[in-house]
Amino acid sequence: MAKKNMSPVKVPMPEQAPDVRNKNFNEVALGYTAEMAMEEAGRCLGCKHRPCVGGCPVNVPIPDFIAKVAEGDFEGAYQVITSENALPAICGRVCPQENQCEGKCVRGIKGEPVGIGRLERFVADYHMEHAQAAEVHIEKNGHKVAVVGSGPAGITCAGELIKKGYEVTVFEALHKAGGVLSYGIPEFRLPKDLVAREIKSVEDLGVKIEPNVIVGRSITIDELMEEGYEAVFVGSGAGLPRFLNIPGENLLGVYSANEFLTRVNLMKGYKFPEVATPVKIGRRVAVVGAGNVAMDAARTAKRLGAEEVYIVYRRSEEEAPARLEELHHAKEEGIIFRFLNNPAAILDDGKGWVAGMEVVKQELGEPDASGRRRPVPVEGSNYVMDLETVIIAIGQSPNPLIRQTTPGLDTQRWGGIIVNEETMESSKENVYAGGDTVTGAATVILAMGAGKKAAAAIDAKLSGKD
Amino acid sequence: MYKIVKKERLNQLVELMEIHAPFVARKCQPGQFIIIRVDEDGERVPLTIADYNRDAETVTIIYQIVGYSTTLLSRKEEGDYVHDFVGPLGVPAKLEKSDKKVIGVAGGVGAAPLYPQLRKLASLGTPVDVIIGGKSAEYVLLADRFKDFCDNVYIATDDGSLGTKGFVTTVLQDLLDKGEEYGECIAIGPLIMMKNVVKVTRPAELHTMVSLNPIMIDGTGMCGGCRVTVGGETKFACVDGPDFDGFLVDFDECMVRQGLFKEEEHKCRIGLGGEQ
Ligand SMILES: Cc1cc2nc3c(=O)[nH]c(=O)nc-3n(C[C@H](O)[C@H](O)[C@H](O)COP(=O)(O)OP(=O)(O)OC[C@H]3O[C@@H](n4cnc5c(N)ncnc54)[C@H](O)[C@@H]3O)c2cc1C
Ligand SMILES: Cc1cc2nc3c(=O)[nH]c(=O)nc-3n(C[C@H](O)[C@H](O)[C@H](O)COP(=O)(O)OP(=O)(O)OC[C@H]3O[C@@H](n4cnc5c(N)ncnc54)[C@H](O)[C@@H]3O)c2cc1C
Ligand code: SF4
Ligand code: SF4
Ligand code: FES
Repeated sequence: MAKKNMSPVKVPMPEQAPDVRNKNFNEVALGYTAEMAMEEAGRCLGCKHRPCVGGCPVNVPIPDFIAKVAEGDFEGAYQVITSENALPAICGRVCPQENQCEGKCVRGIKGEPVGIGRLERFVADYHMEHAQAAEVHIEKNGHKVAVVGSGPAGITCAGELIKKGYEVTVFEALHKAGGVLSYGIPEFRLPKDLVAREIKSVEDLGVKIEPNVIVGRSITIDELMEEGYEAVFVGSGAGLPRFLNIPGENLLGVYSANEFLTRVNLMKGYKFPEVATPVKIGRRVAVVGAGNVAMDAARTAKRLGAEEVYIVYRRSEEEAPARLEELHHAKEEGIIFRFLNNPAAILDDGKGWVAGMEVVKQELGEPDASGRRRPVPVEGSNYVMDLETVIIAIGQSPNPLIRQTTPGLDTQRWGGIIVNEETMESSKENVYAGGDTVTGAATVILAMGAGKKAAAAIDAKLSGKD
Repeated sequence: MYKIVKKERLNQLVELMEIHAPFVARKCQPGQFIIIRVDEDGERVPLTIADYNRDAETVTIIYQIVGYSTTLLSRKEEGDYVHDFVGPLGVPAKLEKSDKKVIGVAGGVGAAPLYPQLRKLASLGTPVDVIIGGKSAEYVLLADRFKDFCDNVYIATDDGSLGTKGFVTTVLQDLLDKGEEYGECIAIGPLIMMKNVVKVTRPAELHTMVSLNPIMIDGTGMCGGCRVTVGGETKFACVDGPDFDGFLVDFDECMVRQGLFKEEEHKCRIGLGGEQ
C-alpha cells in the first residue's frame, strides 16, 4: 500500500520561470517526475462514491488509475485511462479540470483537489517514452465510414471505429491534421510533436487521413455516400471567427485570433524568416476576449516580442471563461488585464493601420440570459488605448459550408448541426456529427466524448445491417 | 504530393502548370481557385483555376512570379511535385446563357481566371467579347486561346506595342461610346484596373462582376484575413467570393488591405517577423 499524503496542496508542477518562458515557445509546464507523481497520487482518498469520475465527460476511472500510479505501475495506469480516453497526453494538458474532474474532488473541499490532470499527463508522457508499439491485428468487417475533420472529435471517432474493424478515411480541409490542436492551441501549451504522435497512432491502426480535401467543395457528403461510405461523421468544428462589428475592424493590424494563431502555429510564423509566412506584431497589442483563445493569443503576442499586451474584456475576471491555469500563467507572464472594458472603435493612423482603440468602461448590472451579470457601459468613461495590433478573440461559430452543401441536414439558427443526443445522428440518415460543430466552441474532451458516442452508434447501426 | 505534369513559360514573368489533383479536377468550376503549398513550411498561395481536364484529373494554373513563393514554384519542373494543392475553393461564377453579349476585361495575369469563365459562357451559347491588357505585347496573355470562342478580341498595351495604346478602360469606354451593347461585364485584373473599369461601367449601368484577390491564409473561412467590404457588409473573399458585384466593392479598402500602399515607414513598426 502506497503512502498517504495529507498535504492540502498539490505537489507543485515544475515550470519554466515566467520571464524566461515569455520569450520562448517551449512548453511552460514541464511535467512531474515519477517521484512527484507517486507523491501526488498519495493524496487521493480512493473515494467509494467516485465524485471525480462523474465530473469527467468521458468517465475516466480516476481513482483506479491513480491507485496504479501510487503503486508505481505507470503502464497499468495508462491502460486504465485509455480504456475511456484515447488522448490522455492532450487532455491532461488542456482539460478545464477545475470545472470537471478536479472540481468534484473531495480533497478540494479543504485545500486543493488531487492534481488529476497532472497525473494523467504524467502517465501518458511516461507511456509515450517507454512503451513499445504493440503489433495490432484488427479483423476487418468490410464496412466503410468517412469522417469529416481531423480535430479531436473526428480523430476519436476514427480511432474507435478502426478498432472495431471498419475501414475509415478522414478528410481534412487543411494540409495538416489535428484541428484546433494543430492550428489553435500554441506550442508552449500543447507541443505539436505530441499532437502529431497521437495522430500517427491512429494512422498506425489503419486510419487513412486525406489532407487538402474540403468536404462540400472537393466532394459532398452525398457523393461520399455514393462512393460507398455507409456512414459519415461530421467533426468540422467551429472555425468561423466572429468580429465585433465596430468601426475600424478592417484596418491593417487587426487580426482574428484564428488568423493570428494560424499564422504562428500552423504556418510556424514564429520561425519566420526560416519559414515563408510572416506574422507582424506591434509594440502594443490588445486582445479582445478572455477565453482560452484570448489567453493563447496574448501569450503568443508576448512571445513574439510585443512589449505591452492587454486583455480587454467587457465582463469581470470572475466571468472570464479561460481555464484558471491559463489566466494565472498569463498574469505571471506580464499580460495586463483590462476587465470591464469594452471596445467601441478601432482608430486609423491615416495610412490604413491601427493607431489605437477607443474603449468604454463597464459596470456589472442584472444577470443576463447566460446567468452572468450583464456589463453596462459607464456613461462618459471612453478613453483611447495606443496600440499597433488588435486581436479579436470573442468566439467562433460553425463554418456554413457543410450545411450549405448537404441537403436534408438540419441546423440551429446559429449554425450548429442538430443531432439526436443519444446517437449523435443528424436529421440526415447515416450522417452523424459531434464536437464544436454541434455544441459551438466547447472543449477538447467534450468533442472526444461526442466522437466516441457516435462511433458506438455507427457500429450498432452498421453491424446490425449484416 | 501533387505531380506537375506540364510546365510552360508564357512570358518573362508568367508561367503555366498542369498539376495532377484528382479531388480538384473532378469538381472544379470556372471562378473557383486552389491553394498551393510548394513545400513543407511553405506559404499557402491562392491561385485561380485557369483550366481543368476531368479525364486526366489535372488542373491548370497560371501564375505571375511576384515574390518568394511564386519564385519557389517557378523553380519546380515537369515531373516534380508540390507539397499541397487544395480545392476547389470559392463560389463558382454564376454563368448563364443569354442573348445579350458579355464583355470580359482582363489585365495582366487576370486573363487566366477570365479565360474559363468566358469559355463556359460561349459554350452555353452566350456571345462574348474580350479586352486583354498588358504592359507591352509580351504581357498580353492567352489572346490566341480567347480567339477560339470570342467574337472580338481587343488588345490594349501601355506602350502601344500591340493593339490600342492605353489601358483596357480606354478600349472599353470607346466600345460603349460607339454604342456596343452588352448585358454584363466581367473584369479581372489588378485592383486599380477593376476599380477603373467600374468607373466606366457604372455610368453606363453595365452590371460588372469583379474577382478579388486579398491576402489569404486558409481559404476555408477560418481566419477572416481575406475580409472585404461589399455593399457595406464584411465578406470573406475565400468563401463568399472571390467574385463580387463590382458596384458594391470598397476597392480603396481592398487596396489598403492588400498592402499596396505598404511603404518604408511601416518597417519600423512591423518589427519582429515583418516582411523584408
Ligand atoms: C486557441 C484555442 C485554445 C483552446 N484551448 C482549449 C483548452 O485549453 N481546453 C479545451 O478543452 N479546449 C480548448 N479549446 C477548444 C477546443 O480546441 C475545441 O473545443 C475542440 O478542438 C473541438 O474539436 P472538434 O473536433 O469539434 O473541432 P476542431 O478541433 O475545430 O477540428 C475541426 C477540423 O475539421 C476541419 N474541417 C472543417 N470543415 C471541414 C470541411 N468542410 N471538410 C474537411 N475538413 C473540415 C477543420 O479544418 C479542423 O481541422 C481551444 C480552442 C482554441 C481555438
Ligand atoms: C483568390 C485568388 C486568386 C488568385 N489567382 C491568381 C492567379 O491566377 N495568378 C496569379 O499570378 N496570382 C493570383 N493571385 C495572387 C497570388 O496569390 C499572389 O501573387 C501570390 O500569393 C504572391 O505570393 P509570393 O510569395 O510570390 O509573393 P509575396 O512575396 O507574398 O508578395 C510579392 C508582392 O505581391 C503582392 N501580393 C501578395 N499577395 C498578393 C495577392 N493576393 N494579390 C496581389 N498581390 C499580392 C505583395 O504585396 C508584394 O508586393 C490570386 C490571389 C487570390 C486571393
Ligand atoms: S479526461 Fe479531462 S476531465 Fe477527464 S479525468 Fe482527464 S483531465 Fe479530468
Ligand atoms: S474525489 Fe479526489 S480524492 Fe476522491 S477518488 Fe476522486 S480524485 Fe481521489
Ligand atoms: S482566407 Fe482565411 S477566411 Fe478567407
